[in-house]
Amino acid sequence: MAEVQVANYTINFGPQHPAAHGVLRLVLELDGEVVDRADPHIGLLHRGTEKLIEHKSYTQAIPYFDRLDYVSMMCQEHAFVLAAEKLLGMDVPPRGQYIRVLFSEITRILNHLLNITTHAMDVGAMTPVLWGFEQREILMEYYERVSGARMHANYFRVGGVHQDLPDGLADDMYEWAGKFPKFIDELETLLTENRIFKQRNVDIGVVSAEDAMDWGFTGVMLRGSNVPWDLRKSQPYEVYPELDFDIPVGKHGDCYDRYLCRIEEMHQSASLMRQCIEKMPDGPVIADDHKVVPPRRAEMKSSMEALIHHFKLHTEGFNVPEGEVYTAVEAPKGEFGVYLVSDGGSKPYRCKIRAPGFPHLQALEFLTKGHMLADIPAVIGSLDIVFGEVDR
Amino acid sequence: MSVITRAIRTVFLLELLRGMSMTFRYLFRKRQTINYPFEKGPLSPRFRGEHALRRYPNGEERCIACKLCEAVCPAQAIVIESEPREDGSRRTTRYDIDMTKCIYCGLCEEACPVDAIVEGPNFEFATETREELYYNKDKLLANGDRWEAEIAANLKADAKYR
Repeated sequence: MAEVQVANYTINFGPQHPAAHGVLRLVLELDGEVVDRADPHIGLLHRGTEKLIEHKSYTQAIPYFDRLDYVSMMCQEHAFVLAAEKLLGMDVPPRGQYIRVLFSEITRILNHLLNITTHAMDVGAMTPVLWGFEQREILMEYYERVSGARMHANYFRVGGVHQDLPDGLADDMYEWAGKFPKFIDELETLLTENRIFKQRNVDIGVVSAEDAMDWGFTGVMLRGSNVPWDLRKSQPYEVYPELDFDIPVGKHGDCYDRYLCRIEEMHQSASLMRQCIEKMPDGPVIADDHKVVPPRRAEMKSSMEALIHHFKLHTEGFNVPEGEVYTAVEAPKGEFGVYLVSDGGSKPYRCKIRAPGFPHLQALEFLTKGHMLADIPAVIGSLDIVFGEVDR
Repeated sequence: MSVITRAIRTVFLLELLRGMSMTFRYLFRKRQTINYPFEKGPLSPRFRGEHALRRYPNGEERCIACKLCEAVCPAQAIVIESEPREDGSRRTTRYDIDMTKCIYCGLCEEACPVDAIVEGPNFEFATETREELYYNKDKLLANGDRWEAEIAANLKADAKYR
């Protein structure tokens, strides 16, 4: 019988696929069960954030950053307020800086808990996601106690943070951060040595250090490939130089190493939380500059000048000196950068957002070519992409 | 790890059994779920939920139609029209919030100089139709009357941080 050439089969993975972590439409060309071509189509969650920000004052732009990567909210606010502060040449009081770092680390744990557990679910483990959400619930309660919203916090402000920590919150967080490593160990009992988890992840989606750098990877994607690059160490911002933490790196650059990196980062973040609370000084949480920061309520109600500032700041906003600036923070997913151009007015002239998920997603074909169809969810899971930030 | 220990682990499914004993132990831990409509989780005084327009204790509405909330709203969800009332005081004739546009950022509450518009503790205001979420002044004032006790207590509890 003559050999029959079977044509490659093209399938749509998503945009409604639960393992696509959002609205990713992945066009896959399959040779049998082997991936020949993976073509991610993005833009289904495009909301025009960058353009919208051009029409919002600096204060009004902050809520938009919560909604980019909707699992690492405060880290993105952080990048934006740092950019605005750099243009304004503003200093943040130490307590404000500590609170920001504290909540950035809480955000990192929130993000990694979601990523690790949903990654585990993509490769067949149901329990971790249920346990992980129990811890996430506690962290979101901290978010709610400090800002009033469980996710879209709108808590960081240009010059500091909106309000001080309520009484008792620091103690609760300190206690939780002490107990959390035990929970990570329980999570590891389920996953780290588990043969199914290992079979699905070891040697899947391998990236060498050179490739990782060529593709513009940052964050865990880069560190998993044995490149010790973390913006918190390499170009420290806020109070990170005063804190003691390590940067975990992987050896092989596969999905399993990236999982291990995230586990260790959660340990480091929990220890950073405790350090922040221990070292946190008393004092104001937001800069005392009424040309930028609205006055406190009691002052606004008793002083005419404060009331004028209040009205001015809540209508026009504050003017930012002409100039352009790029600031980046180590968001849980990688380098989250904001490139801000100001024409001297009260609204940004241009705000370019550098989302870490975007370069990670564009390497999807490179990562999955030659793998089986079933490896795609494992790779997407360990890429840690969220479409809010990829599509912007 | 020696070959023998590895073989033993593989054959006797040790890591799987360890994992399963871990999940089994969870069976005897405290229940973490709540029976939602009957039990509810805690809310802090800062919680930003459904909007309400407040009144002074004498029944006079607080809002003076300064339109700061309208100006500061990033989603442009608030529309206000105003006219002087018969007694000459400046009041709103229209105060609409499109709850489908609102992003619950809390900036309106922050901007309000007279504590009139607040985001109260209510988060259970789902409706069956979209139109019901276009709140007008009557609805907002009714919310204020209904939630005044909670709102006042929350504002008092949070006053020293504001």
